[in-house]
Amino acid sequence: MSDAPSTPAKKVNRLGLDLASYRGSKTTLCAGCGHNAITERIIDAFYEMGIDAKKVLKLSGIGCSSKSPAYFLNQAHGFNSVHGRMPSVATGAMLANASMMAIGVSGDGDTGAIGAGQFMHLMRRNLPIIYIVEDNGCYGLTKGQFSPTADQGSKAKNGVVNELPPLDLCALAIELGASFVARSFSGDKKQLLSILKAAIAHKGTCLIDVISPCVTFNDHEGSTKSYAYVKDHDEVLGEVTFVPYFEDINVEYEAGSTTNVKMHDGSHLYLRKIAEDYNPSDKMAAIHLLHDTARRGEFATGVFYIEPDKEDFTTSLNMVDTPLAFLTTEQVRPPKAVLDQLMDGLK
Amino acid sequence: MSVVNDFTIQVATVNGSGSQTANLVLLRSIFQMGVPVSGKNLFPSNIAGLPTWFTIRANHRGYIARKKEIDLLVAMNPETAKEDVLSLEPGRTVVYDEPLKLNALRDDLKFYPVPFDKIVAEVCPDAKLRRLVKNMIYDGVLARLLSIDLAEMEKALGKQLGKKPKAMELNGNALKAGFKYASENFEATDAYKIERLNKTAGQILVEGNAAAAMGCMFGGATVVAWYPITPSSSLPESLIGYLRKYRMDKQTGKATFAVVQAEDEIAAIGMVLGAGWAGARAMTSTSGPGISLMSEFAGLSYYAEIPGVIFNVQRVGPSTGLPTRTAQGDILFAALNSHGDTRHPLLLPGSVEECFSMAIDSFDLSERLQTLVYVMSDLDLGMNTWMSPTFTYPDKPIDRGKVLDEAKVRELGASWGRYKDVDGDAVPWRSLPDTKAPSFFTRGSGHNAMAVYSERPDDYQNNLDRLARKFVTAKSMVPAPVVNLRNGAKIGIVAYGSSSFATEESRDQLREQHGIETSYLRLRAYPFTADLDDFIRRHERVYVVEQNRDAQMLGLMKMDLDASLITKLSSVLHYNGLPIDARSITDGILAKEGK
Repeated sequence: MSDAPSTPAKKVNRLGLDLASYRGSKTTLCAGCGHNAITERIIDAFYEMGIDAKKVLKLSGIGCSSKSPAYFLNQAHGFNSVHGRMPSVATGAMLANASMMAIGVSGDGDTGAIGAGQFMHLMRRNLPIIYIVEDNGCYGLTKGQFSPTADQGSKAKNGVVNELPPLDLCALAIELGASFVARSFSGDKKQLLSILKAAIAHKGTCLIDVISPCVTFNDHEGSTKSYAYVKDHDEVLGEVTFVPYFEDINVEYEAGSTTNVKMHDGSHLYLRKIAEDYNPSDKMAAIHLLHDTARRGEFATGVFYIEPDKEDFTTSLNMVDTPLAFLTTEQVRPPKAVLDQLMDGLK
Repeated sequence: MSVVNDFTIQVATVNGSGSQTANLVLLRSIFQMGVPVSGKNLFPSNIAGLPTWFTIRANHRGYIARKKEIDLLVAMNPETAKEDVLSLEPGRTVVYDEPLKLNALRDDLKFYPVPFDKIVAEVCPDAKLRRLVKNMIYDGVLARLLSIDLAEMEKALGKQLGKKPKAMELNGNALKAGFKYASENFEATDAYKIERLNKTAGQILVEGNAAAAMGCMFGGATVVAWYPITPSSSLPESLIGYLRKYRMDKQTGKATFAVVQAEDEIAAIGMVLGAGWAGARAMTSTSGPGISLMSEFAGLSYYAEIPGVIFNVQRVGPSTGLPTRTAQGDILFAALNSHGDTRHPLLLPGSVEECFSMAIDSFDLSERLQTLVYVMSDLDLGMNTWMSPTFTYPDKPIDRGKVLDEAKVRELGASWGRYKDVDGDAVPWRSLPDTKAPSFFTRGSGHNAMAVYSERPDDYQNNLDRLARKFVTAKSMVPAPVVNLRNGAKIGIVAYGSSSFATEESRDQLREQHGIETSYLRLRAYPFTADLDDFIRRHERVYVVEQNRDAQMLGLMKMDLDASLITKLSSVLHYNGLPIDARSITDGILAKEGK
């Protein structure tokens, strides 16, 4: 052990890194944008979990949300790709190097509209990725058009009323095969941080729909994605407490009131029960809950569904342990005898 | 008068009737007798019921391109029989299903009626299987008529069905029954004859897609993302077979590859770019409609400088069109694919052998240039059966291009920039995730040389100019054209891809039948190299042969060449959906020569 420092110790995580090492470039989003709060929680979560940022891939599509990977984890490689196509890029990247941890940031338009197809197939594959939808119900970067998660009857800044029903990305993700599905609110620091930390511990698709008000185009009266409306209608499912495998468990809860989910890496996720019989590994219960809250004009937040041991896509492909990206000529080029054999078969 | 080892057989059947085995046995038995052959399947976009034609050309000189004229017709399909017979030149031969009574149509052809249903009933007790073995009877008949050694046919049948004893027996009996029927009912053998030669020793028979798949395996492809589309699907499907057999790690039994059937072509190319960005050798295979969908990502690859390989097994356009007809119709589209200023290198395999070797080269080229590379095959090359010399094992190790390793990181230090040209060849150094090299943020064009976000006009333009210089560097890396100069030739011919074999045959026709000597340049890649300029300069007139309406390769040349060279160029075009043939090229050149 080194000598005790003479100045007060800088606060560091289990890797000995301080919070600043997890920051990114300065944000270029609007002041007060919910996305910036999410960025802060991502930084906190990776710091608190003690993740080596060099083992993280940051991916995004196009839109305000998709700019944000530039604002966290500067040590990680990032890829701001094509509108709605982050899922395919992330899939390819994780095949090239399955030892990495992927975090994809998308928006409600990027995921629910142009990217709906790729979103569905990523969920279906259960690709190991933290897939965050920064959900503000509108297209911010093109000045406020409705997105597919805009609520029926919600009013745009120019007075136009949205006539179509919204997509519920969480309900879809559960149905499609994601193994960790949660919703949170950019303004709920504690819940969002716990959910993000649990997502880091999970191997499989983590779909986190984070309601993140657009202060410039969707924060007015009549909008169902404004700060005021969201605060009033957030139906918190119950406290979410995450204890990583490397920390002592020090959680007190009444028997029967909380579900203790043992995660694949040995971490624990404690979910305070909203109803006595609510089981977060029951798909139908989760979908029911989402429909019921939506019908009441509320939206539920919390972890709705988790399947800790479901096989993820990269595992199912049975790849060699060395990342495909680093295989040598000898490993990827069969010997001449194989070519000779193939040629003989064609003579 | 007999015609030996130089004729074309066309078998007209119904799609889904199991004629493929009979046709390949016929093809292979001629091949085994040492006579050069090629096989072309003209099939509809249909699983069963529509007419299909299989054409086999035997040629002692080794011509393996399509020949227009049919010499021997096997008419099994009532729907097309009449038209097929009426389109034959006089003096040709027809083997036909007896009840069709085709002999009543013309009196200037040689007819051989065969009661297929009657014969098959005798050799195949199970009525349900008769449809499948019936075709083998015409092989038996042809063995007799064309003097093909029946033992060679049986050997070829063993190659096709050796692992299925019951099918082998049934088909073997049908083969013998056809031979017996022909021996007993037809007085002599036909004018067309196969005689043993020794011109196929050391040669193989293979489709271009299978050859390309082998190339991908030996080229070290690690991530394959694809979406089914004719005529490309058999490439990734063959590749999956090879990978599962030959690319499993010996110790662990685990895969040194990942294959994903994507949800569409956009996802396929997205996966390729994601994988290429993270350091894999990634590829996809598609056809024109898929290329259309990939366009946006193709542009991103160009600007973000991410490697990847796209096999484009070309077919005619558009997507709701004729998916089973061939063309070289995506040349311009692929070369310039995407919005903004973009240029992509194209490799142009002119044989199945090059489908193999260029598949290997494409990965090295793509990683060395850090850009997408298109391998422009087509339906004719990809799906038809071609005779070829055996393939050569690659003699150089895999070249991953400029990827930062620890030594290079130390050398470059803080001066490294992802898009900085430190070597003067406009190719920057690449940093991969999960290495000791610095990380960076990948964006399209909104960056400066250090990969920092920038919207400055000079940063954008400097980057575009460097990318243009990189394309000049590409000229030194792509395969040079194959040039054959003839003394005194005033005419030059330029061709590429699947037009090559027909073009070479056409040159013989021009010389032998019309006294016209020609030189030849076979393009193997875009960007063009100085060889093309030299070639055009040496000749008075240069004909560019291609299989599209709009002279697309000529269009690319016009973008690059000096005006004095462009005026020498004119086109010979073939675009009816069928593979190009020598006679069409010869006639096209003669017409332009005023002869």
